[in-house]
Amino acid sequence: MTPLLDTAPARLPARLPPKVPVRFRHLLAAEWIRLWSLRSTSWVLGVGALAVMGINVNSAASNADRLADQAQRPPEPPAGVPDGPEFLFDPLHTAFVDPAWQLFMIIAAAVGAIVVFGEYTTGLIRTTFAAVPDRRAVIAAKVTVVSAVMLALGTLVSATSFGVTQMLLREHGGLSLGDPGALRAVVAGALLAPLCALVGMAVGAVVRHAAGSVVTVVGLLLLLPALFGGERYRWVKEIGNAMPLSAWQRLVTNPERAHDLGRYPLTVTEAWIVYGAWTAAAVAVAVLVVRRRDV
Amino acid sequence: MDTVIEATELIKRYGETTAVDRLSFTVRPGVVTGFLGPNGAGKTTTLRMVLGLNRPTGGTVTVDGQPFGDRPRGLRHVGALLDAHDVHGGRTARAHLTALAVGNGLPRRRVAEVLAEVGMADAAGRRIGGFSLGMKQRLGIAAALLGDPPVLLFDEPLNGLDPEGVRWVRNLFGRLAGEGRTVLVSSHLMREMEQTAEELIVIGRGRLIAAESLRDFAARGREPQVSVRTPDTAALSGLLAEQGAVVRAEPGGAYTVTGLPADRIGELAFAHGVRLHELSTCAASLEEAFMELTAESVEYAAGADR
Repeated sequence: MTPLLDTAPARLPARLPPKVPVRFRHLLAAEWIRLWSLRSTSWVLGVGALAVMGINVNSAASNADRLADQAQRPPEPPAGVPDGPEFLFDPLHTAFVDPAWQLFMIIAAAVGAIVVFGEYTTGLIRTTFAAVPDRRAVIAAKVTVVSAVMLALGTLVSATSFGVTQMLLREHGGLSLGDPGALRAVVAGALLAPLCALVGMAVGAVVRHAAGSVVTVVGLLLLLPALFGGERYRWVKEIGNAMPLSAWQRLVTNPERAHDLGRYPLTVTEAWIVYGAWTAAAVAVAVLVVRRRDV
Repeated sequence: MDTVIEATELIKRYGETTAVDRLSFTVRPGVVTGFLGPNGAGKTTTLRMVLGLNRPTGGTVTVDGQPFGDRPRGLRHVGALLDAHDVHGGRTARAHLTALAVGNGLPRRRVAEVLAEVGMADAAGRRIGGFSLGMKQRLGIAAALLGDPPVLLFDEPLNGLDPEGVRWVRNLFGRLAGEGRTVLVSSHLMREMEQTAEELIVIGRGRLIAAESLRDFAARGREPQVSVRTPDTAALSGLLAEQGAVVRAEPGGAYTVTGLPADRIGELAFAHGVRLHELSTCAASLEEAFMELTAESVEYAAGADR
C-alpha cells in the first residue's frame, strides 16, 4: 500500500553493532550505577557505619576508663559469692555491643529493601524490565551488587570495631584475631550486613511498598527474636534460635567466658546454618517473586 | 515479514473486570500507527502485555515473531515509553540512561547521543525529580531510542509537551517510521493522531473497533460541512435548499451547510448576488468519527451524555 513497506528493519541506519552480546556483568555494572547514583546510598551507609563503629568504640573507651579506675583498688568480689569466671571482664563483647549491631541490621536491611521497593514505588521497575525482560537476571544482579557492597561494609565495620576496641582495652585483656572465638565473631559481624540486606531485598520484593517493607523487615529481624525468647516452651525458644539476631549473638559470644546460654542453647554450627538458611531463602524469595507478577 | 507486532486473541482480566477482550491486531513497519481509544479502553494494559510486563490471561502477542518477555535484553529490539513518571527522581538524567545502556551492553556514548537528539544535552547532569512532565517525556523518548530499535512504542507521548515539543515529536515519529521502523503511538485524543498517524488501531472496552488507514477511518465520519456567514440569510437558504442542501443555523450567526461543497455555494451566491462574509469547509472531523465509533464503549462518560 505505501512505498515505505518494503523498507525492512534490516535497512535501518547502522548506528550500533547489529548484535550486542548478552553478559551478566553488564547487569552488574548497571546495578552498580543505580546503587551509587542515589545520594542517599552513600549517606545512609556512611553515617550508619560511623554510628555503629562509634558506639562500639565509645563502649570500649568507657570500659577501659572504668577498668583503669577499678585497678587502683583491689578487686572485691561481692560478699558470699565465690570468685568465678563470670565476673571476669569480657573484652570481645565490647566490640559487639547489641544496640550498635541492631542499628547496623536495620541500616543494612533498609538499604536492601530500598534498592527493590524504590524501583516499584517510582514505577522505574517497568522501565527496567522493558529494557531487560529477563527479570531473574535483573534481581540476581541487584542481589550480587548489594551483597558485595554490604559484605565490604560489614567487614570494615566489624574489623574496625574489633581492632579499635581491643586496642583501647589492651591493658585489660584486649584480644587479637588469633584468640579463641575472635575471628569467628569478626566474620559473623561482617556477614550480618549482607544477610540483613538480602532479607530486606526479599521483603521489598514481596511487599513493594516503602513503609510496609521497612516495618516488615524490622519486625522480622528484631521484634520476632524478642517475642520468641522465652524458655518455658522449647519450641518457642527454638523459633527464636532460628533468627539471624540469635545466631549472630551466639557467634560473637566469647568462648573463654562462662556466658549463660540458657536451657536450649544454639550451637555454633547451628548458628552458621541459620545464617546460610536465611541467606538462601532471601535470595530465593527475591528472585522467584519477581518472575511472574505483573508490574 | 511485514508484521512486526502481532496480537492474537489477547485477553487480560483483573478479577471480574475484563480490561482487554480477545484483541487481535497487527502493526506493520514503515508507518506510524496510532493506537486509539477512550480512557480505560485497555491501551496501556495492551502495551504492557506487548512488553511482557503484564501476563495475558489468554492469547499471545509477539514482537518480530517472539514474545518480547522471552528476550534476555530488550533495548536493541523494542524502545518503549510507557509512562514518563517511571523513573527515579533521585538520579540524574545521565545516570538513569547510563544504567539502562550499560545493562544492555550498549556503548556509553549512546547516552550523550540520545540526550542531544531529544534536546536535553544541557539537562544531563540534573536530577530527574526536578524535571517538568515535558522534560520527562523527552527523557523517556531518549531511553526508547538508546538501543536504536526497529520497534518503538509510545504511550500518550504528547502529554505535557508544549506546542514546539508536539511538533518535534511528530517529526521524530515520522522520521523513525520513514527509516523503516515500526512505530506504535497511543492516545485518547483523535486530534493528536490526525497529523501523526497513518494507520489506526481503535479499541474500546478492550475490544477492537477499527484497524485501518487514517483516510478510511475519516471517511466513516460525517460528510464534509461548510460554514457560511451572510447578511442575506433568507435568500441564501432558499438557494441552497433548491439544490438539496441542508442548512442549519449555528449559535453566533453562522450557518452550517451539508450536501454542497464550498465552491458550489460560492458560485451560487455569486450568480444570485448574495453577499458572503465567510465561506469555509470544516473537514470531516476525525474526532466525530472517533466519538461515534467509541460512543458505546466509553468507560467513564459524563452524566449528561447518558
